[in-house]
Amino acid sequence: MKIHEYQAKGILKKYGVAVPRGEMAESREQAETAARNLFGAGASGVVVKAQIHAGGRGKGGGVKIAKSAEEASEIASKMLGMTLVTHQTGPEGRIVRRLLIEETLPIERELYLGIVIDRAEARPVFMASVAGGMEIEQVAAENPAAILKEYIDPGMGLEAFQARKLAFALGLKPQQINQAVQFMTGLYKAFEETDSSLMEINPFITCTAGRLFALDAKMNFDDNAMFRHPELRELRDITEEDPLEVEASKYALNYIKLDGNVGCMVNGAGLAMATMDIIKYAGGMPANFLDVGGGANAEQVTHAFEILLSDKNVKAVLINIFGGILRVDTLATGVVEAAKKTQIQLPIVLRLEGTNVEAGREILKQSGFNFIVAETMKDAADKVVAAARASA
Amino acid sequence: MSILVDKSTRVIVQGLTGREGTFHAKACADYGTQIVGGVTPGKGGTTHEGWPVFNGVQEAVDKTAADTSIIFVPPPYAADAIMEAADAEVELIICITEGIPTLDMVRAWEFLQNRRARLIGPNCPGIISPGKCKIGIMPARIHKQGPVGIVSRSGTLTYEAVYQLTTRGIGQSTAIGIGGDPIIGTSFVDALELFNRDPQTEAVIMIGEIGGNAEEAAAEYVKAHMKKPVVGFIAGQTAPPGRRMGHAGAIISGGKGTAAEKIKAMEAAGIRVAKSPAAIGDTVAAAIGMAARA
Repeated sequence: MKIHEYQAKGILKKYGVAVPRGEMAESREQAETAARNLFGAGASGVVVKAQIHAGGRGKGGGVKIAKSAEEASEIASKMLGMTLVTHQTGPEGRIVRRLLIEETLPIERELYLGIVIDRAEARPVFMASVAGGMEIEQVAAENPAAILKEYIDPGMGLEAFQARKLAFALGLKPQQINQAVQFMTGLYKAFEETDSSLMEINPFITCTAGRLFALDAKMNFDDNAMFRHPELRELRDITEEDPLEVEASKYALNYIKLDGNVGCMVNGAGLAMATMDIIKYAGGMPANFLDVGGGANAEQVTHAFEILLSDKNVKAVLINIFGGILRVDTLATGVVEAAKKTQIQLPIVLRLEGTNVEAGREILKQSGFNFIVAETMKDAADKVVAAARASA
Repeated sequence: MSILVDKSTRVIVQGLTGREGTFHAKACADYGTQIVGGVTPGKGGTTHEGWPVFNGVQEAVDKTAADTSIIFVPPPYAADAIMEAADAEVELIICITEGIPTLDMVRAWEFLQNRRARLIGPNCPGIISPGKCKIGIMPARIHKQGPVGIVSRSGTLTYEAVYQLTTRGIGQSTAIGIGGDPIIGTSFVDALELFNRDPQTEAVIMIGEIGGNAEEAAAEYVKAHMKKPVVGFIAGQTAPPGRRMGHAGAIISGGKGTAAEKIKAMEAAGIRVAKSPAAIGDTVAAAIGMAARA
């Protein structure tokens, strides 16, 4: 689960991590009031930052500096409602609905801090780099030695000596070290206690007065741990997500919308990815990833159908089920019910294998619908791509 | 022979009295697996479907001489169940549960480091040595005893591969699902080492997917040590970056973990990579044929 910058900064503040003063605004009026408050509190300037779940906002025109509350208000009115396109949003961009109005700070150096789970080491790794403001992936590709790493013992947390090591390696001044240790241990504590999967402070800045701040903040949470964080679930902004994906998540269906015209419904993540792959091999393009899970029932299959069909690009549907736990006759019944309920007109290719497959095929045959039955994955992919071409 | 499990394996089921636990314990027992008891805290002293139920794993191990445990405990409690099994000196722990928080697994993984237990999974279908022992949720009837070892991050895609082999008359020594999570107990390399030493296994299929670099590590192992032909497949060649494709571990992040990178590393190590999932069976058939001629 992703959250906005202003939400991440709100969390970090509670852990003693220094962030610039600022407020979230959803209207021009709120933005102006926020700016006025900041100027009144002694800010020499304010920055208006578009809040979307994607990076690269500055280059796309989503970060602007104002010297007065009036100017901030002016900028806010243009930014709210605009479609912000960055390298992470894709060409369709995202509509800006919220802003963060924040004090500007006298930046001396821009550094990088990040925490992720290192899969190979099976533990969190705290990363630091002097290349602040750059994307860490680019730094990793060009100069991996420039990324300093400290692996964290899950039972102990980030130790002060590890934070000190990173702080000195970043070239922080001796009088900044204690501040840096507090900052970094606060970050890790926040990472651990919120079940984060990723945290990035980019840039992590030093100011001319010697103070350290998180100028930007990104936090992603582990979806699997959200059952124990009701307060974090409140932070979800579904306007940042694809509406069909939001709908699918209500029924515990793993659905990801893609650009092609062959809809697919599969049980199991690996087989679902492999089905997308084989559609492409057959010369088509998948319209989605959809994993109905190992124990899908007739009701879920119906919902899955409805979601697939609400994507207007879909010209044909491939159902590829390897029934282990899920019996094929149960699934076939669900498919027929769903076809009746949704009055489906598109060609449907079914490739069903596993327990009770003969009974399942019989149910499809007797249904009166013109299902196309395929024997193997390749056969299914060839048939569905041809059907999509014919109905496009 | 086979790896890790056979007719002598004695299994307890953590979460036996739940719906999934009951259903699959029966299916495993029907296959001939020695299920010797179950653990459900609070139901100790009762019996369930004829099996004795214990409050804790230690007691279950003491009373039944079990050496293996399969876990069907819900995600919030599953990491704890893994640690409990490891603490009771169970040798092999198979965790089926999907959806365990990553930081819970980080702690469980650390806990396992100084103990003898081997963990398979979590978020996996389990392990089967056809004709001998099934400890997992895979459909038994598609399997056939034979010479090909399978190690895979995916469940149903493994069934697909097994099915392609069986319909071609090629049997399997052991099929092991290592799980779709970012942090798992047994890796590709661990499984390849075991297959390399197993006399019954003549060739191995490794089925990977996008995310992480476990396939690359496996490719290095194959290049340096593997004495048997290896066939590979990577799911997610058309997956978009930055999106979690069903499995928690199946995500291309920061441009890393793509199918193209993995296929390149595997081919460079001499692994025959099937580009299409429909070609796994034929690729194995060709690999075994070639191995026989060599």
